[in-house]
Amino acid sequence: MSAMALSRRDQIGALSSRSVMSLVRQPSLVVPSLIFPLFFVALGTSAFARAINIPGFPKVDSFLDFALAGSVVQGVLFGSVTSAAALATDIETGFFDRLLVSPSSRTAILIGRLAGAMIYGLAQTLFFTLVLFPFGLSIRSGIFGLIAMMIGGLFTALAVGALMSAMAIKTGSSEAVQGSFPLIFILLFFSSAFFPRETMDGIYRRIADLNPLSYLVEGFRSLTIEALTVTAVLQTILIPAAISVIGIALSLRTLRNRLAAS
Amino acid sequence: MSAALGIATRSLRNIRRLPSAFIPALLMPVFQVVSFSGTYSGVTQMPGFPTDRSVNWYLPMAVTMGASFAGLGTGFSMIRDLQTGFYDRLRMAPTSRRQLLLGPYIAAWVRACIAVVLVTLVGFALGARPVGNGLGTFSLFIAGLGMATIGTGWGLGLAYRFRDMRAAAIMQLTLFLGLFLTDAQTPIEVMDGWLEFVARWNPLTRVLHVARIGFVDGIGGADLLIGIVVIVLASIGAWAFAFTGLGRLDD
Repeated sequence: MSAMALSRRDQIGALSSRSVMSLVRQPSLVVPSLIFPLFFVALGTSAFARAINIPGFPKVDSFLDFALAGSVVQGVLFGSVTSAAALATDIETGFFDRLLVSPSSRTAILIGRLAGAMIYGLAQTLFFTLVLFPFGLSIRSGIFGLIAMMIGGLFTALAVGALMSAMAIKTGSSEAVQGSFPLIFILLFFSSAFFPRETMDGIYRRIADLNPLSYLVEGFRSLTIEALTVTAVLQTILIPAAISVIGIALSLRTLRNRLAAS
Repeated sequence: MSAALGIATRSLRNIRRLPSAFIPALLMPVFQVVSFSGTYSGVTQMPGFPTDRSVNWYLPMAVTMGASFAGLGTGFSMIRDLQTGFYDRLRMAPTSRRQLLLGPYIAAWVRACIAVVLVTLVGFALGARPVGNGLGTFSLFIAGLGMATIGTGWGLGLAYRFRDMRAAAIMQLTLFLGLFLTDAQTPIEVMDGWLEFVARWNPLTRVLHVARIGFVDGIGGADLLIGIVVIVLASIGAWAFAFTGLGRLDD
């Protein structure tokens, strides 16, 4: 049994290493997910600098502190879609079928493929924080808050990557996965990622209140603009972790259906 | 003229034949006006913000963005025609180079009108209301057609030079950056930092002023005049860029 568990770990390790290397070897896939969020932060920090004084805006030293959470989640979402598209490419090229007929567990195949996105999500969180520090970013929750945010970034990447993987397995088309990106962007825009819910009105406020991304982003934001609290840490880690469980279950089910149909 | 009209008609027929190439460019500005107006509804409370309706601020931005991408759409079609070899056959036809350029321009103006009308209707449905006598709404069309003209020249010029999909990425990125590095999100007066300087000197800010004249108080006749001059000069520059690019195809 122990040998079996070790074997599965090895499978995940080997597939994870391949998935990470594929991101390292193709910088053109990952660079946009680093540049665009930073561009929007730079724009927002200048355009909305004085918005921090309007009623309902959380107490922050600068808009940059407020914007970090949105940029982290935005970047991680971009990166995760890229990773799921890579899975679809594996399906298109036939590599995925070869993995399926090898003596590997299906969970290992899926998690291994998503490992690249998870590590990238963690690295992105650190990258955005380090890049924005010289421009006046402050993280009130300190180093432990930053670590919690990095773990949150990792789970967010797993959650979105798993959900998008279900689509990749279902459609087998990288174009379809990439084409779903606008939907994610819409979901992000109708959350509190770019502006606080408290300043929104009517239907927008209600949508943002119902949008799970709002709560995910606000967890990250609490760790940036407030002192370290257990609630903020749990919100940042547990929400994406819960979505990850659902996403992986959905992906495995989709995979089972695909195999049953073939 | 008949050659230009023929090329334009073909381009417009492609809207029906290949909707996947046109619909996203049409939906993007609709999404922009809906999302920006709602997400940033609180910005009107910033001291110095010139309107109490966020949609009045963001509708002109979405219209100019949509019209620009309607112009770029002809650049995307041009890349396809260059890659399939169809454009080589057009170039061998007994017609002038100007006719070959004018066709995509006419198509872009029609596409831009569709985008301007649709986005404006959505904006009005969301609560946008013109200020003054309402005639300023007409300036939305001037700015929209102006940006479509600039976008078409820019898109065609890049398509002729690169002749592949690299041009599409450069078209989108440059226009996107150009429009966002203006007062697209907030007025220059309420900005702080680097964007204030960039937006003040970015000529596209002046085009946005033309678009906003009917929706925001404080933009006067002088702004309209400067904006129109910018549109005319940029359109001539973009046409020249496209025309010289077309000439390079012969090399």
